[in-house]
Parts: sequence; C-alpha cells; structure tokens
Amino acid sequence: MMKKLLLSLLLTLGCAAGAVANESGYPLDKFPAEKMNDMAALQHGAKIFVNYCLNCHSANYMRYNRMKDLGLTDDEIKKNLLFATEKVGETMKISLNPKDAKDWFGTQPPDLSVIARSRAAPGSSGADYLYTLWRTFYRDETKATGWNNLVFPDIAMPHALWDLQGQRVPKYVEYKDEHDPTKTIHRITGFEQVTPGKLDEHAYDETVGDLVAFLQYMGEPSQGKRVQIGVWVLIFLGILTVFTWRLNAAYWKDVK
Amino acid sequence: MAAYKEAPADATAAQKLLVWVDNRFPLSKLYNEHMGEYYAPKNFNFWYVFGSLAMLVLVIQIVTGIFLVMHYKPDASLAFASVEYIMRDVPGGWIIRYMHSTGASAFFIVVYLHMFRGLLYGSYRKPRELVWIFGCGIFLCLMAEAFMGYLLPWGQMSYWGAQVIVNLFSAVPFVGPDLSLLIRGDYVVGDATLNRFFSFHVIAVPLVLLGLVAAHIIALHEVGSNNPDGVEIKEKKDAKGVPLDGIPFHPYYTVHDIYAVCVFLMIFTAVLFFAPEGGGYFLEFNNFIEANPLKTPPHIAPVWYFTPYYSMLRATTDLMVNILAAILAIAGVLGIVKGGFGGLGKIVLGVAVIVAVALLKTFDAKFWGVVVMGGAVIVLFFLPWLDRSPVKSIRYRPSWHKYVYLVFVLFFLVLGYLGSQPPSTVGNYVSQLGTLVYFGFFLLMPWWSRMGSPSPVPERVVYAAH
Repeated sequence: MMKKLLLSLLLTLGCAAGAVANESGYPLDKFPAEKMNDMAALQHGAKIFVNYCLNCHSANYMRYNRMKDLGLTDDEIKKNLLFATEKVGETMKISLNPKDAKDWFGTQPPDLSVIARSRAAPGSSGADYLYTLWRTFYRDETKATGWNNLVFPDIAMPHALWDLQGQRVPKYVEYKDEHDPTKTIHRITGFEQVTPGKLDEHAYDETVGDLVAFLQYMGEPSQGKRVQIGVWVLIFLGILTVFTWRLNAAYWKDVK
Repeated sequence: MAAYKEAPADATAAQKLLVWVDNRFPLSKLYNEHMGEYYAPKNFNFWYVFGSLAMLVLVIQIVTGIFLVMHYKPDASLAFASVEYIMRDVPGGWIIRYMHSTGASAFFIVVYLHMFRGLLYGSYRKPRELVWIFGCGIFLCLMAEAFMGYLLPWGQMSYWGAQVIVNLFSAVPFVGPDLSLLIRGDYVVGDATLNRFFSFHVIAVPLVLLGLVAAHIIALHEVGSNNPDGVEIKEKKDAKGVPLDGIPFHPYYTVHDIYAVCVFLMIFTAVLFFAPEGGGYFLEFNNFIEANPLKTPPHIAPVWYFTPYYSMLRATTDLMVNILAAILAIAGVLGIVKGGFGGLGKIVLGVAVIVAVALLKTFDAKFWGVVVMGGAVIVLFFLPWLDRSPVKSIRYRPSWHKYVYLVFVLFFLVLGYLGSQPPSTVGNYVSQLGTLVYFGFFLLMPWWSRMGSPSPVPERVVYAAH
C-alpha cells in the first residue's frame, strides 16, 4: 500500500509538466538511445567532439583518460584524441580567450561537460535536443554568421559540421496571419541541399547521433555503471524485503 | 540518585560491564524507556512508518553530507566545478551526491505523509500538542535546510531561486531592504551568500534540527503514541501497569519498521539509480548550467516541495488582497453581530478589523504574499487549538469530514503543481481559490470541526490479528 502510494506520487510528479520541448517550440526528434551501448559509436563521437567542438568549447570537468570507459587505452587516447595537452590525466581545456570569443561570436561558447543534462526538459532528453539541433542548421544570410537553426533560433554558433552536412536552405510555405491579414507567416517545411557535404543525409545523421551519444556520456560518465549497480541493489533489496516481511509476520503472529 | 547496584557473583563479563555502566549512566533505563518497555498501541497501520523513515532519511542526509563536505568548495568560483568533481573524480562520489539530492526530496515526501497522518488521526490533540509543535519546528528547519542547501551546487536555479526568495524579504515594510542585505551579505547573491548559506546548511540548522528531533521523540515517549482510533491506551492498564493495547516498541515495531525501511529503500534506490533527476523535479535541468548573475533563466521555479507555498505567494495579487480585506470585513461584522461580545468587545473587534483592512491596503501586495506564504506554515503550529472536534480520529468523525480533508489535499497538490509552472491567468485564479481553501481549512476549523455528530469511539483499540 505504501509502495503504491509513493509510486503514484512519484508518477504524478513525473508526468505533471507538459512537454515544452525548447524555447522555439520546434518538435524534437528522438535521439537513437541504443547508441549509448555502442562502443564504436561512442568512440566515433569522441573523435568528432575533439576535432570539431573542442576548439571553441571546453569540457573543463571531463578528463581525457576517463574515456577508458569507452574501451580505449591511455595510449590510444594519447595518439588519437589528445591535441590540446600532453597529459592524459588533464581535463579538456581550451586555449580560446573568453574575451576574443565574446568579440567573435557575441557570447562565450558554453562549456560542454554537462550540456546534455542541462538541455533536458520535461518530456524530452537533452540528447533529443542536441540531436535535433545538429540536424536543423540552415543558411540564413540575414545572420552575422550566415547560419541559423530551427531548435535554437538566432544561434550564435555557425554550423561547425557544415563540411559534413553541406549547405542547405529552407523550403517555406507562406500563409496569411489569421490575426493580421496584412502579414504573411513563413513556416519552414524542409530543406533544400545547395552544396553537398562529405556525408549523405543518412551518414550525417549517424555521425550526429554518435556525437550526441558522446555528449550524453560525458554529461554523466558513470551513468552506465549507475544503472548496472542499481539492478543489483534492487535485487538485493527485493530479497531482503521478503525476509523482513516474513520476520515481521513471525513476530506479529502471536499478537492477539 | 539510584542506589548503587552490585552484579550477582555468577554474572558474565558483559553483565558486569552493564551494571558498571548503569551505575554511572542510565543506559538500561534509557533503553527501556524508549525501546524495550515503551508501549506503543498495537493497531498502528502503514501510516505510522513515516516517523521512522524520516529518521532514516535524516541519518542518510547527515552521513552523505559529511562526505560531500570533504570535497565540496563553498566558493562562488569553485562550487559548481567541485560538484562535478564529486560526480566524476571522487570514487563513489556520484552515489553519495545522488543519495543526498534524492534524500532531500525523499525527506519532504516522508515528512508530508507523516504530517498528514497526524492530521488524519488527530495526533496533535491533547496531550500531544508539544509533539506537534516540535514537529512543526522540524518542518520549518527542514525548509530552511533545503532552501540553503539548494544554493550550494551554484547552478542557475540555485542562484536565481535564492535571489527570488531573498528578495522577498525586502518587501517587509521599513526594514525589508536592510533585512535582505543582511541575509545576502551583499547587494546581489554572491560569494558571501554562498559562504553563509554553507555555514548554516552544515552547522547551524542541523544542530537545531537534531535538538528538535530529540525533543520531538522525548515528548512523544512521555505522552505515548496516538493511534488510528484516537483511543488513549494508557487508560486501560493491566496489573503491572502495562497498557492492555500496548506492545513493546522493540521488537514488535522495530521489525515492522525494518520491513518498511526495505520497501522504502527499494523506491529510494530505484530513483537514485534509474532516475536521479526525478524528471527534472529532484535535480532541475537548469541547475546543470553554472550560476550566471547576468542571465536570468526564462522560468524560475522552486524545487517541488516548496511549490505549494510558492503558489500561494504568487496568488497574493492586488485582487487577492481586496478579497482578503472583504473576507476580514465580513468576519468582523459577523463577529460583532453574532459573536456575543459586550459593548467594549464589539468596539475592540471593530477597530481591529478596520486597522487590519487599512494595513492590507497600505502595504504592497508583495509583502502580503510573503505573509501568506509564511502564515501557511505558521498556521500549522496552532492546529492543536484550532481543531475542536469531540473525537480525534477521522474514523469516528462525521463522514463528510473525509471530503473536507480530500478537498484540502487536492488543492494542496494543485497548488504544488501550479507553483512549478510558469504563471498563467487561469492558474492564478485556481491558486487564489487554493490559497483560500488552504487557510479556510485551518482558520475555520474551530467551527467546521464541531459540526455533525461523530460516531461512538470504542473503549479499546480496534485490532485484528495478522
């Protein structure tokens, strides 16, 4: 009875908020979560991360040698992933001057250590957000960087993976504003490829999926272990509960 | 002083040691008074496990807190990073941190249910008023503890939540701005605030909390536990002076509570290992962004356990103040006409109401919001004297009382939900209604609790053998 009550309480808390996906209201795609158990995907994601992200963005709380979680050795990490430092025990710092960054982008690129956790919202994970963000960049000449994004409108970051995805422009439908007939509203329905990237659409989605899997892992490197331990703890407590339940019954059977 | 005891000649070493200690410290006496010969009613139901569970969570919070402090840095430029250090580089650090963060929410779930039990069975009624008052003190401490602890991770929600709440104090007339400055130690929430909140969170408040918990238990064991029937078991004793419906706390309720602890730990660890963020309610997503005094988050919501009270604060708009003034005026007129006061009493009451209405309209609605929010907790302290029902337990009250409690609980949950959401017009009207229901429940209790006829209370507790 207590369990039921507490469970229902927890469930109401969990479901209480509706799915406000992000500030733009753009519906988010589902991140392919099975990548979290795919070492090759996570390693590929790490490679993309250090090559494309770890110049402007730091990951100040993440140590390089923590990537041993992903089935890599210290040597492999040193040879393939270590560009900014000599020591494999260092955290992923960058040498970008925050003041320069502010001049160039108008804002300082955020640290990415826990980015996947911070972008979660009720009803969608941070990985869903990042996975969709990386697949909705488009050319927009009205912006200083020449790029815009559907999930994060007016994003300060240019499309860092543009050589992989190529350049795209949006396809619009125009319709009259219901409230103000003098105005037309543009809604983006899809994209048109202008110049091809190194990857086709499918391969690009896979690459972004791998990158997001790595970001998700980096947000909480112990998450895999957490779930593993949790299963054993619950099995142990389940057995202990049976024993204490019978122990309690044994004591109370004489109480009249 | 008790007479000096000698151990029998054939006593074992352990028995001799116990006698030695007992001659110098009331060890056996304490054990018997609080465990072995503390007679609790035998008809406790599942609602009675939450006291022990609250104790368990308190221990979890203290022990995990000790280990967190070993690695945490109470410094605005280091705090956020030190939490991530605990989560990544300290062996087992993530487990300790999640125990502490999940424990905070678990504490409130358990304590809310524990308080609701008291409400259901009239556990605050004579002679247990002090047990209840100490308990309300614990609840207040817990709120202070949770509020100040929440600043420590130094995320965006930590920062802006503290900013909003501390700013509330500036609404207090005359001393407000100085008061909030005193609390912050700076003109905005900053390093000074973090340091003092840390000090309060790990030393000052826990000390008070432990003292109150001890007082709560000593008072309880002095008067004895209430039970679901609201029958005083001490009125029917056997020849040895043992209550007929009582049963020694140890072993009967210890085995009972160990069972409850196991069930509780299954739920607790399920959250800890599989959903430590609690859907964004236990660890808010925005709090994974380091505090930034220059960037206000679009939507600031307190953690779930404060949201009912936060709703009441937001509900107190100018409209609400007018409604409160009207209610006060009507109550004043009713009191003068039907209260049966003498001439002087009528004049005093009339003047008091006029002054109160004038004050309501003089000060800002924001201040009254703070008063409403604080009053919502303070009113709990007066519960023992607000409840005038001839019976304690809901079991023997007129059946419509159950619906009163149901409406109260529903509105409390709705207030909690609305407090977690961005403000909306409809939501605000509902919160205003909820606030009136909340205060109506308590402040009108002297009248409604006496209405209707209760069913007869049995002489002995109702108990069916397991």
